[in-house]
Amino acid sequence: MTEHAATPRRGDHPAAHAPGQQTVETMTGAQSLIRSLEAVGADTVFGIPGGAILPAYDPLMDSTKVRHILVRHEQGAGHAATGYAQATGKVGVCMATSGPGATNLVTPIADAYMDSVPMVAITGQVASKAIGTDAFQEADICGITMPITKHNYLVTDPAEIPRVIAEAFHIAATGRPGPVLVDIAKDALQATTTFRWPVEAALPGYRPVTKPHAKQIREAAKLLVNSKRPVLYVGGGVLKANAGAELRILAELTGAPVVTTLMAIGVFPDSHPQHLGMPGMHGSVPAVTALQKSDLLFTLGARFDDRVTGRLDSFAPNAKVVHADIDPAEIGKNRPADVPIVGDAREVLADLIVAVQAEFDAGHRGDYTDWWTKLDHWKKTYPIGHEPAPAGMLSPQQVIERIGRLVGPDAIYAAGVGQHQMWASQFIQFEKPATWLNSGGAGTMGYAVPAAMGAKAGKPDVPVWAIDGDGCFQMTNQELTTCTLNNLPIKVAVINNGSLGMVRQWQTLFYNQRYSNTVLHSGPGHDGIEQPAQGTRIPDFVMLSEAMGCVGLRCERPEDLDAVIKQAMEINDRPVVIDFIVHQDAMVWPMVAAGTSNDEIQFARGVRPDFGDDQD
Amino acid sequence: MTTMSKHTLSVLVENKPGVLARIAALFSRRGFNIDSLAVGPTEHPDISRMTIVVNVEELPLEQVTKQLNKLVNVIKIVELDQAQAVQRELVLVKVRADAETRSQVTEIVQLFRAKTVDVSPDAVTVEATGSSDKLEAMLKMLEPYGIKELVQSGLVAIGRGARSITDRSLRALDRSA
Repeated sequence: MTEHAATPRRGDHPAAHAPGQQTVETMTGAQSLIRSLEAVGADTVFGIPGGAILPAYDPLMDSTKVRHILVRHEQGAGHAATGYAQATGKVGVCMATSGPGATNLVTPIADAYMDSVPMVAITGQVASKAIGTDAFQEADICGITMPITKHNYLVTDPAEIPRVIAEAFHIAATGRPGPVLVDIAKDALQATTTFRWPVEAALPGYRPVTKPHAKQIREAAKLLVNSKRPVLYVGGGVLKANAGAELRILAELTGAPVVTTLMAIGVFPDSHPQHLGMPGMHGSVPAVTALQKSDLLFTLGARFDDRVTGRLDSFAPNAKVVHADIDPAEIGKNRPADVPIVGDAREVLADLIVAVQAEFDAGHRGDYTDWWTKLDHWKKTYPIGHEPAPAGMLSPQQVIERIGRLVGPDAIYAAGVGQHQMWASQFIQFEKPATWLNSGGAGTMGYAVPAAMGAKAGKPDVPVWAIDGDGCFQMTNQELTTCTLNNLPIKVAVINNGSLGMVRQWQTLFYNQRYSNTVLHSGPGHDGIEQPAQGTRIPDFVMLSEAMGCVGLRCERPEDLDAVIKQAMEINDRPVVIDFIVHQDAMVWPMVAAGTSNDEIQFARGVRPDFGDDQD
Repeated sequence: MTTMSKHTLSVLVENKPGVLARIAALFSRRGFNIDSLAVGPTEHPDISRMTIVVNVEELPLEQVTKQLNKLVNVIKIVELDQAQAVQRELVLVKVRADAETRSQVTEIVQLFRAKTVDVSPDAVTVEATGSSDKLEAMLKMLEPYGIKELVQSGLVAIGRGARSITDRSLRALDRSA
């Protein structure tokens, strides 16, 4: 046994270290690859075959354990693997051939790296003798993905395949999760080799720390009970550690307010009275302000991203920092920590609960009454809201809010990137972990449809809704064909405002309403102002969706809104796309302009909340 | 304000293809400059050792060390305290030297306990090892004669005393083998 056989985490496959009988069989490298995938428990692979990976697809055809879903573009395979992983907690798998097949995976791999998604990408490579000769469809995908993978492998010896696959899944799922790429030369897939299982991983340099240091835990508990204005600043690490229950216990034990970042939405119920919402550029006023005025940032699995902190040097200026993360490199990277804690969020929280209880037993308990008076005031005065649409038109916020209400908190929602993503995060009430999938760190437009497809493949019994924009939808909608042909009946709500809305919002605010190249509904020379907004009509999303075997619906009037959502909910034998034509000038509020201090948050355009600063 | 200063990192890595590229790429994408880099085998065939000299402040140094540690092929990183370590570089230098100046050049070579490794009618080639300061001083003395060509290794360093930084890593490696 090696010391890196960490405590099983969400997504950890039955280890390849188990003692007992070892299987030893002679077969091809390709068969060995499929057997290895079966052995680590991979049940779904998204991919497209091609020359170099072709040998692997032959035994894949016979596998009864691994379902291959043939996508229409490798980027779709990658995001589907991410959606599958985020929805199920298991490792997502995608497969592609060499050269352009592999490079088409680069965007989803980078996306998974930024959002710490456990993913294994398997690519074919040209024959080992041809590597380095600029052979047909050759690309140095290991070199290309070096900065965007947790680790990667080039396999030229077929005997290494089982060990490399076992290691790849182990690395992807443990510690801070992330994508691992395995590039296998074609001749290694074709050669006859020996398949051995289980295999011992050989990773002397990989030992993630999951168990937090007891002294640091005590220090953190001490700070918490002695603080007057603490905030539990919760990030995606808590969700990935499956620590929602522990978080709730700690929150209710201490009475401290909770904010959940974009990556953590759902890990703490939105309906909970201690929840202040999401912090950051488009966060709620109470969440952003609570962090700003806090005297203790109790940070759990979050990383002080610039979209959360705004201008770093003016972020939460009076706060001490407890920073718990499984990745030591995150601690102190952007903001120095007074109490650094390295560990898995679930173990950290479990230990913290005990340590805080011990402080209580010793008579030390924080009094947050004054703090809650302020917080409740901000919550009441500055709730998330929006202006109504012009008469007779749909507002995008209203569409998203109604979907959330009617579909409910048991469904999975995948968003693209832009205004609709922020509105979805604000107006859908999330109550459960792993029901909100989005591209947070990378901000990858086109993420929603393939991610929803992957989530549906992993959770076939759960309704999956993609909340997409008309810009995003045009990047990856071809995967609806994949959905139709593979019985993955997702729903797609296209929030169609006829423009690249978030960019347009910035042009409205910072570029004098000069709408350079953000208008999607009209031809050259159009400035985006004169024509009334009718959404993107070329392509016609209803016809486009029907061409791909989906049901296409369109909604243009507020009075039809609920009926069309209900109609979509009743169709479960194929995908449904609803084209919601919404007005184009809706903006995302609140907002902290890029590069400014969170103190400058605007509740609505030109409206800065009154924090009673003069009294402080 | 902390100031920039030189730090010597000894990095034990798995002896596998691509490891050097991973480390060099990490330094470049995180915005750190490498002053000097030396790679070579160790007493264990599966482990290579890199000695990396970086010129950074204390906080970024911590960050780069943590990022290096995340590379799966990196087994261990130790920052060597300059006072508690022997640090050496090797220089080979071809100096212009004819019958008239050769004895003066060889005298300098002896003063610095360097070696003459090649002689021709117009030049001598000198091999010297030592700290950066010593080599710099020697090169300064040789410069007036005319330096025709110079090649210098990256710095290698080892801690003083009986303790070894490889012991424990080797045990970890044996366990996982």
